[in-house]
Parts: sequence; C-alpha cells; structure tokens
Amino acid sequence: MNFHAIATIYKTEMARTWRTLFQSVVSPVISTSLYFVVFGSAIGSRIDEVGGVSYGAFIVPGLIMLTLMTQGISNASFAIYFPKFIGTIYELLSAPISYVEIVISYVGAAATKSAMLGLIILATASLFVDLEIAHPFMMLLFLVLTSVTFSLFGFIIGIWADNFEKLQLVPLLIVTPLTFLGGTFYAIDMLPPLWQKITLFNPVVYLVSGFRWSFYGVADVSVGLSLVMITVFLAACMALVAWIFRTGYRLKS
Amino acid sequence: MSSPIISIQGLTKTFASGFTALKGIDLEIPRGEIFALLGPNGAGKTTLISILCGLVNPSDGRATADGHDIISDYRAAREKIGLVPQELTTDQFEKVRATVAFSRGLFGKPKDPERVDRVLRELSLWDKRDAMLMTLSGGMKRRVMIAKALAHEPSILFLDEPTAGVDVELRRSMWQVVRALRESGVTIILTTHYLEEAEQMADRIGVINAGELVVVEETHELMRRLGEKRLTLQLDRPLERLPAALADHDLTVSDDGWALIHTYNSRDRAAGISALFRDLDAAGVGLRDVDTQKSSLEEIFVDLVNTGGRA
Repeated sequence: MNFHAIATIYKTEMARTWRTLFQSVVSPVISTSLYFVVFGSAIGSRIDEVGGVSYGAFIVPGLIMLTLMTQGISNASFAIYFPKFIGTIYELLSAPISYVEIVISYVGAAATKSAMLGLIILATASLFVDLEIAHPFMMLLFLVLTSVTFSLFGFIIGIWADNFEKLQLVPLLIVTPLTFLGGTFYAIDMLPPLWQKITLFNPVVYLVSGFRWSFYGVADVSVGLSLVMITVFLAACMALVAWIFRTGYRLKS
Repeated sequence: MSSPIISIQGLTKTFASGFTALKGIDLEIPRGEIFALLGPNGAGKTTLISILCGLVNPSDGRATADGHDIISDYRAAREKIGLVPQELTTDQFEKVRATVAFSRGLFGKPKDPERVDRVLRELSLWDKRDAMLMTLSGGMKRRVMIAKALAHEPSILFLDEPTAGVDVELRRSMWQVVRALRESGVTIILTTHYLEEAEQMADRIGVINAGELVVVEETHELMRRLGEKRLTLQLDRPLERLPAALADHDLTVSDDGWALIHTYNSRDRAAGISALFRDLDAAGVGLRDVDTQKSSLEEIFVDLVNTGGRA
C-alpha cells in the first residue's frame, strides 16, 4: 500500500478546501441554513407537526442529506475531472499507486468534506430549531455511508464527464430533484396514494427516511430497507469504479 | 556488461480505432545512456513512452524498467521512472515547491524538503519556489515539470519533446540540464523533432516511423555510416562548364562558376576522392580552397524513413 501517495492526495484535496473556504464550506452552509430560516422558522411555524416532529426539525435530516449527496458528488467529480481537464492526470497514472489507492484518497477526501459539511450544517440547524438525535450511532453511520457512496458516485461522474456541463448535469438535474421529491420536505403518507407508490422508486426516499429515523425514530420505510438500499448503491458504485479502472475507461487507451 | 535499464520486447499497441501505433518494438537501453527517439508526427514516439510510463496499455509484448515488468511489477517499475510530458500540464494555482513536493509524495517517497529544495536549486527554480505556477514563463514551467519528475529520485527520465516550442537559448539551457542529469547517473530517453538536439545530446539514436524502429545506432556511428558528405572545391578561376575529363565524377558547377560540388557517401571507398583530385590536376583545374560538409541528421532521417533503414 502506497500510504505516502494516499496521504499526499488526501492532504492536497483537503488543502484545496481550506484554500477555497468560502466556496467549499461557507457557501453551502449559508445556502442550507436559509432553508431552516425560511421553511423552518418563518413558514414552519404555520405548519402542523409531521409525525410528531415540528416542521422545522422535520426537514433538517433531509437537508443534511441533500448536502451530503450534492457536496460528495461535486467534490469528488471535480477532484478527478480537474486533473483530466488540465492534463495533470498523467502524473497520477504514471505513479506507483494502485486504483484502490487512488479511489481511497480522492473519495476519502471528498467524503470527509461532505461529512464535515453535514456536521457543520447539523450544528447550524440546532441554532434555529430544536433537534434531538435518537440514534446517534445510526445517524453517523448513515452520514458516513451517504458521504462515501455519493463521493464514489461523484468520482464516477468526474471520470465520465468530458466537459464542465456534464459535471453539473447529474447533481443539478437528477440528484437535487430526486432529493426534493424524496421526502425532504414532507412525509410520504402526505402524498396522494398513487404518488406514495411512485415515490418508492426514488432511491433518495430510503436515504432521507433512514437518516430521519436516526434523529426522531420515525420513518417512511423500514430502517433495514434504507440500509440495504444505501449498501446496494455503494456496491454498485464500487463495481462501476472497478470496471472503470480495469478497462481504463476515459483514463487510459 | 550490466543488464539494460530499459528492455522492450515485441511491444505492440493497437488502439480501439484499429490504428496500430506500435508494431513489435524491440529495444534495450543501457544504464546511464542518453537515448533519442526520433520520428515524424504520429510515428509512435509518445505512445512508446506512454506505455513505458503506464499511461497507455500495451496490446502485446513486454517491457521492463530496471528489471521490473511495467505491468506485473508496475509499482517497482514506476518508482524508477520520471516523466516529463510534452504538454506543459500544471496546476496553475499551485506553488512551485508544493507541486514538486506533491510529486514526491505521489511516488511513495516520504517528505524530504531538503531533497525538494536541492532539485529546485539544480534547476534554477530556487528564486521561484513560492511562486504560483501561473506566474511562470513557459521555460520555467518546463523546468518545474522536470523538477516534479525528479522529485522522487528516478533512475530513468523520459523527456517527451523537452524543448518543443522553446527558444534557442532556453533549448541550449535545457541541454545543459539534461547533460548534468546524466552526469548524476540518470538514464535519459528523449523524443525530439529537433534533429540537431538528438545529434548534440544523444549517445544513441533510434529512428521510429509508422510504429516501427527503423534503426538504432550510436549517434556518431549513424552519422559515419549513413552520413552523406558534400565536398566543395573552390576554384582559382571560374568555369563555364564541366571539363569533359571530369565527366565521370559526380560534379556540378556552382551557379557563379567559382566552385565544383561533389556529393559522396562516406561509406564509399575513399579512392573516388583520390581519383577526383588526380583528374582535376590532369584537367588543369586549380583549387583555391576545399571544404567538406556532413549531411544533417535531418537528411539522414529522411533517407532512413524512405528506405526503411536499409540506407
């Protein structure tokens, strides 16, 4: 195992975060906090409790999930796309470093950043709404699993993308809509019966539900199913990354 | 004789498009050599280097770097190799010292600021150590690329078109850098379009064309074996036409009539020259001066490519 290489890439990626603090940390924290202020404090006070939880508190897990997913994807996709774009990928490919080590370092850094942001947003949310965490260990497990899985997904997007538009395509046109339609702002049983069934095809529903359960002990679907879904998605991403490196897809001819 | 530091057997590369860039390359490069790979655009130079450095997968054949197979033992092989690609590909927002230190870490070496600083000094980058790469000139960036490639102390350095697009002064400066590296024990494989560069720098030259190594020869031997020479005889009085007594020789009269030009190959027996001088004397043609010129490597190269190395 080339630990020096892993540490070098990881530290460089983390250093990029500190170098671009406003863009990487401050901006997502502020934009997510606006949801707490608008939906939680301003509008939320006029909405009934959902599943015995105040609306302001109800939306917090979904919004943290949104951050974990979008930040994981954007951090990891940019981290591997940028060297491809400027050509410095040659150095990575010519170094004595295995594919597993490349993934560990880039995905590890992206997942660290998104998990860190998730925790900062959690802390920020607690300033606006009353929060409780019924199952802290499970909360951290969902947080880490989601960060890692979506960072891995972002890594795949970064390798697949051959322009900046494609880099933004999946997070903006797929992940964000799925998150908004995945029960972030409502419980599934608030939907009409047909939509209650259709929404189960949205994988984000399971993530938001499981994560919210770790806070308040209430869920739209069973926690076990949520864990299975995130694990299946993680395994699918890992299989895809393994295939990418085995074939050299968009990396090596 | 010590084992070659680079050994290539039957290396072949066919791209997904069906284009075969390399057709069974065999090559051995001894330790400490400066080897120049010469060839026209699309000949396969960069593909060959890219395979050896791990950027492109070979279709067939095998290669070793310092005894380590580049595929099955890629970690050990790549630790020995430094690569300076043709394009100036740098993270513009990084600082010089940081990017060189990054390269060292990437290649599995522990932090060694002294080593990094030494490389920067050797490449005249010390004054720029805290400068952002975007502020450097093209020549300086090229030096940074070399510094990055040397940060992990490789024993083999690949330079892909190291002086492409740089001015004459900088090119000569780069040559000095390369020579100094060789003095320190690094084996250097460079590709170049500048034939003068290969002639000036390389111990041996390999000419590659259409994916095949046309010839591999020691530089001076290649020049000697294949070098066409031009003998210019400055006359003591002008000639209007070539005297009939000299018609058997391959001579042309210069436009102004003050010189006779004889083109010959150094591989031919020297008797032709002796006979020429005897016949000149017999024909009463007086000489003021004599000058010989070797054909340029470019002329040799074109000749080699056209004849498939049989010249």
